[in-house]
Amino acid sequence: MNLHDHYPDSYLRDILRSVRTIAMVGASTNWKRPSFFVMKYLQRKGFRVIPVNPVSAGELLLGETVQSNLESIPEAVDMVDLFRKAEQAPGLAQAAEQIGAKVLWMQIGVRNDEAARLAENAGMQVVMDRCPKIEYSRLFGELGWHGVNTGVLTSKRRRY
Amino acid sequence: MPRPKSAYGLETLAIHAGTPPDPTTGARSFPIYQSTAYVFEDADHAASLFNLQTPGFIYSRLTNPTVAALEERLATLEGGRGATATSSGHAAETLALFPLMAPGMEVIVADQLYGGTINLMGKSFQKFGWQAVFVDAINPDAFKRALTENTRAIFIESIANPAGMMMDLEAIAKVAKDATVPLVVDNTMATPALCRPLEWGADLVVHSTTKFLSGQGNAMGGVVIDSGEFPWFGNPKYPSLSTPAPEYQGITFAETFGDLAYTMYSHAVSLRDLGCTLAPLNAWLTLNGCETLTLRMERHCANAQQVAKFLDDHPAVEWVYYAGLPKSPSHGLAKKYLSGGFGSVFTFGVRGGYDAGIKVVEQVELISHVANIGDTKTLILHPASTTHRQLTDQQRVACGAGPEVLRISVGLEWVDDILQDLDQALQNATS
Repeated sequence: MNLHDHYPDSYLRDILRSVRTIAMVGASTNWKRPSFFVMKYLQRKGFRVIPVNPVSAGELLLGETVQSNLESIPEAVDMVDLFRKAEQAPGLAQAAEQIGAKVLWMQIGVRNDEAARLAENAGMQVVMDRCPKIEYSRLFGELGWHGVNTGVLTSKRRRY
Repeated sequence: MPRPKSAYGLETLAIHAGTPPDPTTGARSFPIYQSTAYVFEDADHAASLFNLQTPGFIYSRLTNPTVAALEERLATLEGGRGATATSSGHAAETLALFPLMAPGMEVIVADQLYGGTINLMGKSFQKFGWQAVFVDAINPDAFKRALTENTRAIFIESIANPAGMMMDLEAIAKVAKDATVPLVVDNTMATPALCRPLEWGADLVVHSTTKFLSGQGNAMGGVVIDSGEFPWFGNPKYPSLSTPAPEYQGITFAETFGDLAYTMYSHAVSLRDLGCTLAPLNAWLTLNGCETLTLRMERHCANAQQVAKFLDDHPAVEWVYYAGLPKSPSHGLAKKYLSGGFGSVFTFGVRGGYDAGIKVVEQVELISHVANIGDTKTLILHPASTTHRQLTDQQRVACGAGPEVLRISVGLEWVDDILQDLDQALQNATS
């Protein structure tokens, strides 16, 4: 089983602890969309989330100006999170590399092994078919609040 | 998304899942959060909680930290994605079907079930316009033949209460899967220590946690566990999960929450509206009970095996139906679906019919005459005069609760003491 079939908790935990600034490609200004839920949640956990969406470029979303593409982001980005169809992932992987991102993350339902290979060859860490909100809340204790099987057993006090 | 099996053994999960040390105090026994409500950090946090955008506690009718710890533990033990605890096992049955059913819709139900479930589904569900279609429990084809375009679920028990009869889980799961209808299995009698229905293809598991999971006859409770694998998304048969929810400003649970959709809906809608919430104290008692589940089930099953053999050889006993006896018609299925024992609840027929049955339950001195199962104490019941008396004669016989039938739930006492008490009661009742 390769890494992308099953990510060890430590792999995901290290990524979520190391990144601070996330570019969210496909972020929606419609609050009912999953991307809005994820952006708002990650902001609350202390992440800086920069929305990227050519349709709403220039608009304000949760206090951040929506950027038209990754290249137009004026500051350093640690991780690129894709709310896009899988076939767009390879091109976005290359764009992520160009702006110096260290992590390429694809949301639930999005998997493109070619994009993963491109990103990994450029030294990036890759996560596919997962949601950073669900993984953050699962690994750092909150998902259990809703009766969800987090798979986490520990005799240590939880750290956030 | 493939979910690898846990790296931990069931014994470890039963003790640790859901209950890390308290982050504030370090308390190692999980605290009882005896609080109805939780302060919001600010108005925006409150809005996020009500919009289901962030996990957190609002009001204990929906979620409570102690109850959530139990939910996570039970979801983990069954190998499910999430769980919703309820105030009783009956509440769990209603709650399990609530996201699936609507007036005019049908649930196919095994005819060998706990009598209370037959009443609930056969009679009370009609008040919601839900139709229960009862079929021959031992015949998977009967489930297939009962399917219609209005079928929304199939409901069975892993080991039928009271008869102790086994159903063919894998075959019935295939019928359900082929029809894209969720299979709901009541796993109260087996517990995840003996059987994990999700591994055989079930989609939802319900329990009366009042029984073996809490284990000591002191805490009412129930639970619904979701595999997270049923394809709700885009499925017009399940509009609660697959179409926008107006009260949550039009979010679609199956889209927004993915494999958590059913469990999120069960808290945010089913518990919100039905209100059959588990009390934190009962959740805590059940958490503690779970920690010894595997140990207790070993002894329950070992004692039951000896009691069944003793009764089978007893002159005052006409027959014994225990899946652990090689001659039992359920023995083959039991060997396939149960591991570590054959359960501790079963039925036997006493010579002398209805009157003798009543005498036995009145003559026992150590064994308790109560309408419960899954206690440390050995319990006995005459279903025809108690739990199943509200059924017709025909229904009683069909579900294994005829006039001569006694149900025993073998406890954890020294087995010779159980045998001695049964022996004197049987002799007195039939002499």
